[in-house]
This record gives sequence, structure tokens and C-alpha cells, in this order.
Amino acid sequence: MKEQLNGIQASAEKELATAQSIQELENLRVKYLGKKGELTSVLRGMGALSAEERPVIGQLANEVRVFIESRLDKAVKDLAGKERTLKLKQEIIDITMPGKKANFGRRHPLTQVVDEIKEVFLGMGYQIAEGPEVELDYFNFEAMNIPKNHPSRDVQDTFYIDDNVVLRTHTSPVQARVMKSQNPPIRVICPGRVYRSDEVDATHSPVFHQVEGLVVDKGVTMGDLVGTLQVFAKVLFGENTKIRLRPHHFPFTEPSAEVDVSCWGCGGSGCRICKGEGWVEILGAGMVSPKVLRECGIDPNVYSGFAFGLGVERVAMARFNIDDMRLFTENDVRFLKQF
Amino acid sequence: MKAPLKWLRKYVDINVCPKEFAEAMTMSGSKVEGIEKQGEEVLNVVVGKILTREKHPDADKLQVSMVDVGKEKIQIVTGAQNIEVGDYVPIALDGSSLPGDKKIKKGKLRGVESNGMMCSIQELGYTKYDFPDAEEHGIYILSKNLLTEKYAAGSSDEKELDSKVLGKDIREVLGIDDDIVEFEITPNRPDCLSIVGLAREAAATMGTSFRKPEINVKEAGGNINEQASVEIRDADLCPRYTARLIKNVKIQPSPEWMKESLRAAGIRPINNIVDITNYVMLEMGQPLHAFDFDYLKGRKIIVRRAVEGESIETLDGNMRKLEPGMLVISDAERAVAVAGVMGGGNSEVTENTKSILLESAVFNGTSVRITAKKLGMRTEASSRMEKGLDLNNASNALDRAVQLIAELGAGEVVSGMIDCYPGKVEPRSIKLEYEKINALLGTDVSQEEMIAILRSVEFSVDEATNTVIVPSFREDVEEMADLAEEVARFYGYNNIKPTLLTGKEMTRGIKSFKQRMEESILDTMTANGFSEIYTYSFASPSIFDKINLPLDSELRNAVVVSNPLGTEFSIMRTTTIPDMLTVLSTNYNRRVEEARLFELSRTYSKKAPRKSQIEGKDESALPVEIETLTIGLYGKVDFYDLKGAVESLLAELRVTGYEFIRESENPTFHPGRTAALTINGEKAGVFGEVHPDVLDNFEIGTKAYVAVLEVEKLIGNAGATAQYKHLPKFPAVTRDIAMLVKDEIMVKQIEDIIQQRAGKILEEIKLFDVYKGKQVPEGMKSVAYSIIFRAEDRTLTDEDVNKAMTKILDGLKTGLDAQLREQ
Ligand SMILES: [Zn+2]
Repeated sequence: MKEQLNGIQASAEKELATAQSIQELENLRVKYLGKKGELTSVLRGMGALSAEERPVIGQLANEVRVFIESRLDKAVKDLAGKERTLKLKQEIIDITMPGKKANFGRRHPLTQVVDEIKEVFLGMGYQIAEGPEVELDYFNFEAMNIPKNHPSRDVQDTFYIDDNVVLRTHTSPVQARVMKSQNPPIRVICPGRVYRSDEVDATHSPVFHQVEGLVVDKGVTMGDLVGTLQVFAKVLFGENTKIRLRPHHFPFTEPSAEVDVSCWGCGGSGCRICKGEGWVEILGAGMVSPKVLRECGIDPNVYSGFAFGLGVERVAMARFNIDDMRLFTENDVRFLKQF
Repeated sequence: MKAPLKWLRKYVDINVCPKEFAEAMTMSGSKVEGIEKQGEEVLNVVVGKILTREKHPDADKLQVSMVDVGKEKIQIVTGAQNIEVGDYVPIALDGSSLPGDKKIKKGKLRGVESNGMMCSIQELGYTKYDFPDAEEHGIYILSKNLLTEKYAAGSSDEKELDSKVLGKDIREVLGIDDDIVEFEITPNRPDCLSIVGLAREAAATMGTSFRKPEINVKEAGGNINEQASVEIRDADLCPRYTARLIKNVKIQPSPEWMKESLRAAGIRPINNIVDITNYVMLEMGQPLHAFDFDYLKGRKIIVRRAVEGESIETLDGNMRKLEPGMLVISDAERAVAVAGVMGGGNSEVTENTKSILLESAVFNGTSVRITAKKLGMRTEASSRMEKGLDLNNASNALDRAVQLIAELGAGEVVSGMIDCYPGKVEPRSIKLEYEKINALLGTDVSQEEMIAILRSVEFSVDEATNTVIVPSFREDVEEMADLAEEVARFYGYNNIKPTLLTGKEMTRGIKSFKQRMEESILDTMTANGFSEIYTYSFASPSIFDKINLPLDSELRNAVVVSNPLGTEFSIMRTTTIPDMLTVLSTNYNRRVEEARLFELSRTYSKKAPRKSQIEGKDESALPVEIETLTIGLYGKVDFYDLKGAVESLLAELRVTGYEFIRESENPTFHPGRTAALTINGEKAGVFGEVHPDVLDNFEIGTKAYVAVLEVEKLIGNAGATAQYKHLPKFPAVTRDIAMLVKDEIMVKQIEDIIQQRAGKILEEIKLFDVYKGKQVPEGMKSVAYSIIFRAEDRTLTDEDVNKAMTKILDGLKTGLDAQLREQ
């Protein structure tokens, strides 16, 4: 019996070594270890052995089983590995073929600029205020310290519906509405569509967009305005951006300033974008005029505030290097998809 | 405002280069638009003297001259006929250049050498109007008197003159070598529309001293008050009227220095009287008007409103109908000028004028503005007048003018001045609150510095009472904030330290629900492959026909712009469909294969007045602005792509209770392929295939689909935050059915029946096939569904599902006459 067992081990070892597939190995498992397998049938004959022989043969039989099982497992593992390697080899693809893309649409570049501006100011505690585009002359002009027949109305090139109704020339009327309906502290930005009677060309449009900001609180200073605009300019035009304020006049602010940012094209040394100046005018700003505060029911002896405004198209053109404003409203899909 | 530096330098020292000067002025609030270098394009052109003049041997029309240009004598061939031996002329030397990038090189003309070119005034970049002594055609012969006056101190020694002027740069000789600084003056600073005003600003900016013009009038005797009178009848429109009388007027050209100054400032010299009034207007900022005194009936000036039916022929030769209310200057009988706008032809100063009444007055700015606008003639005078002039400057400017008249020998000034000053006001005084100014600016400017700054721009400060007296030319300065600006602009805006906002009360930087929902709409649309567009809010009234709107459609009732850029832009749109179609058309006609677009914008409806949002302000004159989502697409798409976009939007906004209802009567859309969206029974929009007639109108050669949805109704029905539902614990059972139904039956009808009949265990109905054609009888279609059942609390048995299925099938048979097909 001992020989028989050794024979089984030898033949199993031999056969396992030459097996070529998982299936063959399975067959061998059945052949040697199965219920009707060779090892089992040998063990069935154990009953005929003497009491001394039984444990010896039993132990041997167990060793043979363990031997075959371990060889079998190893062979299965090896073979599976080989098969997987082969499969991987066969599964090679051309990785230069195009990927499958979800076809996303795009937000309009003007929206993207406004989004960025909103984000900056939301983060600084501002809310977003809105108002009508067809607006009362009162809110657009009079509340902003621009009385009827005031010379600065010439600068504004206004579209009129009638004597008392205009297409808003700036988003400032929203500021007036906010101040009249809300108590300080006020921190709002007013993005929106505005109108001026400019003929359409590469740099003018009768319809364009602005974002204005307004802060009214106790103790607001012009330094706060400068600080705010500095943060804003850095976010919008890069960390190294500097700003420069030039005295100017707006009827609704006092003091008033035009604000330049250092040129993003050349960093200040002069280039085509800044026409050699090193600076690009981008904002109007100032401390809210006490006249405007009073008109809107806020006591300038208690509160002060600042306001600023910028043209969205201008920023978008600078940002994306767009040279013709008409592209924004032409809406060629090949234009829109670039942003 | 063009300010020639030479002129400015009369009143202020400028010790820096023009560029630095411009920079400094800009930073203190007088914005420089640019610096024009006069004669910049005239290079290497000098004064030459004609020595000889002979006919060209081979060309009748050419002449050959030897010309002395100082260093040498050169031969020049010219076609000009107006030169004589001894004339002084501008010579463009070999290698010179002239305006228009013209380069002059020596060469041969018909075989004869020519080493330069004699120039006409045009070739130097000017016209006969700038240099009235120049000939219209031909070479500019320089006035020998001028040269003598300017370079030889009036000596008659020609040799001496020649040694001084020959070879001299023509720019210097003609006085076209100045730097002209162009300022953009804001409407609040009419005082800076003058050389004196700018000089004052310049001095304060650069810390140099400001010299006012020294005015002293040489009077010739007599008494104006005995010879003329002024009566202001409408003092509300004329706060001050001053006048002087000039006798023995001699009209002649002005001296060169004055002509040069005017030219540099962009004004054409005409004659001494006109030039002096222009010169003083530019220098002092006060418009003047000269009347021929002999034509003033009654030797009297009356300032009054025009009367009904009155008219006047103005200096430009036009007959003007005056409206009652317009302010005129009249004599005893008739209007002789439109006050502050333009004089009348009936009292115009001419070559024959002997006596002049010179007016220096201030009229009400608004009145002048309205009058000038109504008459369609804004003049230099009116545009200054309407910004508001310094009342106290009127008499100074008048004196300055007559001083010049006397000095230039243009006439004799009758002693005395008429000064009607009904509008005299006390100078404005403002408390100087240092702390408040520093608090507003966020600065720490010392009292001394503030006072010094204010005094540098001629504010007087009483330190004992801390009071500032505002000069009369600074009408714009009314209160503390205005003083703060004065301080800030000379302290330096950019010296203000940036700080960050502080505040005890926090404000919340959050978007409103509406704004968040709008973001959601943008996100959903872009995620579904739609790109955002922007279109104008204006429209043409013709768009309504283009989209087949019936004549009685309320959308035709649009807000009309009273002063549009053209009919194309004359109304505020009541629908966004035409704009979307225009954009689709643009893309289609540019051969863009596919477009999937959307726009979030407003339409303007007059249907109902806008409700007042601010207490005490009636807003009913305003239209209601309806925020609209417009979707448009063409390409490899159909109705269901559009519907899918609408459905994802509704899902994203968690809108419930919506329905799609067939809309077959909308003339803009295909009668069979259009749906209305209703939410809780209220119409919220329409979408579908665009009607082929409309597509034709927009030149779109392919099917296109458009949706118009009211954003407010979408957002108003948007659901709250998602609430978690337990994930299923028990398995689902799926049953597929297929049926034949009549073609006109809509799947919604089938689904409604399944929904009603399936009971609580129905989880989902999935339509997976709709088929017409082979094996399906004519007029029928095959519709197939997967119906998914599940119970929350147990595993469904076959019996449960069979019961439900039987009910469903019965319902379909009886309700829709559906024939079940074998699976
Ligand atoms: Zn640059």
C-alpha cells in the first residue's frame, strides 16, 4: 500500500507538471482527490491493514493528499497568472483614439466674469441686489444727484421712454432702491444690464453690463474703498496687480475716483493693451455723496459709504483677449465654446 | 480743453517735462487726454530767401531759383507762380519731412537739379483759415513785417534780418512749436475750462506759484453810463450783466503772439476784436459778446424772455424762431442776441464797425442749455454758460478784454463799466472739520497741511473760526465731503492707506433663493450641453410678423423707446423667440452643424403696471420685467431633446405638479409638435418645433426647436431641499408588456391607466419601445413598457404582481382598446 501511495504521488506530480489548462488541472483534482479518485480508493482499502500499520499508512496518505493539493493549488495559480498575462496582452487598445466626452455647454463669458466678481464679494459679506432695467428717471438720475437738465446728463446718452422713464444708464438706481428699503449696514453688489445710446462698433454697444458695489455703514472710509478694490483687482487680474486712483467727478460720489489697474499684459512697462501707459482704466469709484445718502433717507452725519462700478464687457475683453464687443451678442457657437 | 504750454507758463511755472506735467495734473484731478506736439511732423523746414528766378530750360511751367537758406545757397525747381526775388519762404531741405509722412529728397526735375521744396501753408499742415495771410494756392510767402518784428526788433537793415532768420526752423518762426496739453474737464469744474483755472490747478499740483493776469484798463475818458444803458427784466435768468463801450474801433489782424496762442488752442484767428473775445474766453473762461453799438436801437440793452412770435437771424445766417421763455438780449426794439448762445446778424461787428458794446454776462445755465438744445446750436459760449460761470469773474474778464483792446490799439475804452448784478450772493462758507475729513478719507492729514492745500486753490481759511470761504468759481464745493475731495486730491489719492472694512454688525454674503435657483438653471442647462447666449433687449416692431404673431396679440403692445438708435432697436422686446431664432440662423448660415443654446434674460410687458417696491414711489409707469429662459436648438436633435432639457430642469429644481399639454394653435410653432408647460394648472411656458413659415422668415434651412419658460414660475414652484428616502430592502419585480393601440393615443393616456390600476406596489413605468410599420396594422402602433413593482415591507409574491397586472391589462383593454401582444 505504501508503494501504491508513493506511486500516486509520483504520477500526480508528473501529470501536474505537464498540465496546460485550468480544466486539465480540475480533471486531475478529480482523478486523484475526488470522491472516486485514486487516493480515496486506496484509503478505502485501509480496513484490511493491521492496527500498527493503519496510523503509518494513514499519515502517509495524508501527506500525499497535502502534497497533491499544494501542487495542484500552485499549478492553478501559476496557470491563472499566465492566462491573465496573456489576456492582458491581447486586450491592448489604441490609446491615441479620441476619448468619449460628455457634451457640456458653456456659460457665456460675460456670465463667467460676473460669477467671479460675485464670488469675490459674496466672500466679503456682500449680497446681490437687482432692479428694473426700465427705470424711473428719479432712481436713475435724481436720486443719484443728477437733476433734470444737469450738464452731466449729456455724458450719459440716455434712452428715454418718456419724460419720467428711462432705460437705466447704470446700475446705480439699484443702489438707491437698496438704500431706500434697507437700513445700514449695507453691503451689496448690483450686477445688471444697462443702456446708453452708443452706436454699435467694436468697442461700443447700446446694451452692456455693469457691476456696481455699495457699502454703507458707520465709519466707512476711503481707505476701506482702496483696500476693497485692491483685493478685488488681485482676484480678478492676478496677485501682482496694483491699483491707482485718479481724482474724477461723478455726481453721486464725493470724493470720486477713476481706478486704473496695472496692465496685465506687460505688468506696467507699457504694451498694446495699455497703449503704452502701463495702466488700464477699469473702475469708477468714490465715497457715496452725502446728497445721495440724504435723498435715500440715510443720515450722512452718522453713516458713510463707498460705491464702485465697472463694465463687465470691458473686463471680459481684457480677460479673454477679445478684440470686438460684437462677438458677445453674435453668439457664434464656435465663440461660445471657447470659454 | 486744449491748453498750450506757452500760454499756461504765463501764469504758472512749469519746471518739469510735458509728460511729467501731464501725469501730475492727471493725478490731481485734471485728466490729461494727450499731449499734442505742434509741428511734430514738420522736420528740417527752414526760412529761405529767393535770390534768383529763371525759367526752366525744358519746362514752361517750372522755374529754377537759387535760395539762401543761411548756411548755404541751394537750387530749387518749383512749379509755383507766386514767388518773387527777395521773398522769404518756407524751404523743406533735402531729407526733410512734412505732415502726412511726406519725405523730401533732392533730385532732378526735367533734368535740372532741385535740392529741396518751397512749401505752401497746406504742405505745412495748416490752412488759409489758420494763416489768413497765406495764399490759397501757391507758396506761403512769409510776411517781412512779421519777421522784422519778431527777429530784427523792427530794424530796416535787410542784411541784419537775413542773418537772423535765414535757415531758422519754420516752426519757431510760425509759432507752431508748442506742446499742447489736452485736458478732459469734468462738468463740475467749469473753472478749469480756462488757462487761468488750469494754471491755478497746476500751481497747486506742483507747488509752484500762480500768477493771475495783471489787469489794468487804460480808459480814454467819457462815461459809459451817459451813452448806454442795460436793463435786466428777467433777473432769474441773468444774475449779472456787465458791459463796456469801445469807441474808434480799428478792425485789423491781431498780433502774431495772439494768433499763435489761438491757433495752438484750436481757434482760428479772424480779426483783433473777435480774437480778443476768444482769447479772453479761453484765458478767463468767460464768454464775451461784441455788439456793433451803432446798431443797438435806443443805445440800450434789455435782458428779457422772448415773446410769442419773435425771431432772430443769428450770426451763422440762420433765421431762428424763438419760443417764449428763451432768454434774449434785445435793444429798445428787437432781439439782438440769443443770450449766452449766439449773437444776431443785426448787430454784428463788421469791418466798418466804429463803436462796440462789449458784453460779459452770466445767464442761467439750465435756461441756456434748454434754449441751445431747442435751437439746435450748441456753441462754445453756450456749453460754458450751461455749466455755470463764476459771477465774480464777469467784470474781470471784461476788463481783461478792454485792456487788450487798448493795448493792441483796437479801439478806445470809454471810462466806466455798466454792472447790473441782481444775483449777487454771499460767498459760501463751510466749517472746516478736520477730524471728519480724516475720518471720511481714512487719513491722518494735519490741520496745517489741510489749510495749506485749501489755500493753494484759493479757498480762504479763517483759522480762528475754522471756517473755509469757498471762492466764487467753485460752485461745486458745498459741504465737508467736497472739502475732503480737495484735500485728498492734493494729499494724493494713492497716499491713502488701504484698509479692510470693519463692522460690528455682520452682513451675510449669501445668494437669495431665487439667485440660487438661477444658478441651478445655468448649471442644468450647461450640463445638458446648452451654451449660454446674450442678445439685445431692443427689438424691431417687425419681429412680430416674423414669428407669425396675430395682429391682436398682446405681445405687440411693447414699451417704445422715444429716441432709439433706429427702428431695429426701437421697442423693448416682449418675446425672446426672435432673438433666439436670429442666433440660430447666424450659426446655421455659418455652417455650424449643431447649436444647443439658452438665454436667461428679460422681456418687458405692459400688460400690468409694475407694483411699487419702494415706499412712496409710484412705479406704475414701468413695465413688468419678466425673467425668461429661452432654449433653442437645431442639428441632430428632435422635439424630445428639447423636452428632455425642460424635464431635467424641472427635476433639478424639484418642481412637481407639472403637465405637458398639446398646444396646436400657437402660430409660431408646429401645430402637432408643440407643448405647453403648466405647473399646478398655471401656464409656465411653451416649447416645440418652430413653424416652417417662421423658419423661412429667419432663413433657417433645418428644423429648429425653441422653448420659452417663465423663470419666476419655475422658481416659484421649486421644491425644498431633498428629503432622504430609505433605500429598498426588498427586491423588485419587473413585468414587460407590449400592446397595439390606435396611433393617436398618447403614451400619457396609457401611463395614466397603468398608474391608476397598479396600486401602491407600482414603483416605475419605463417606456422602452414605440413601433410603427411592418407587422403593425395601419393606423396602429406598438407600445412596450417595463413595469416595475416593489413593496417597502416585504418581498412581492407572483400573486401580488399578477393581480396588479390583470387590473392594468383590463384597464388598457377597456379604456384604450389596447390589444396585448405576446412577449
Ligand atoms: Zn501693458
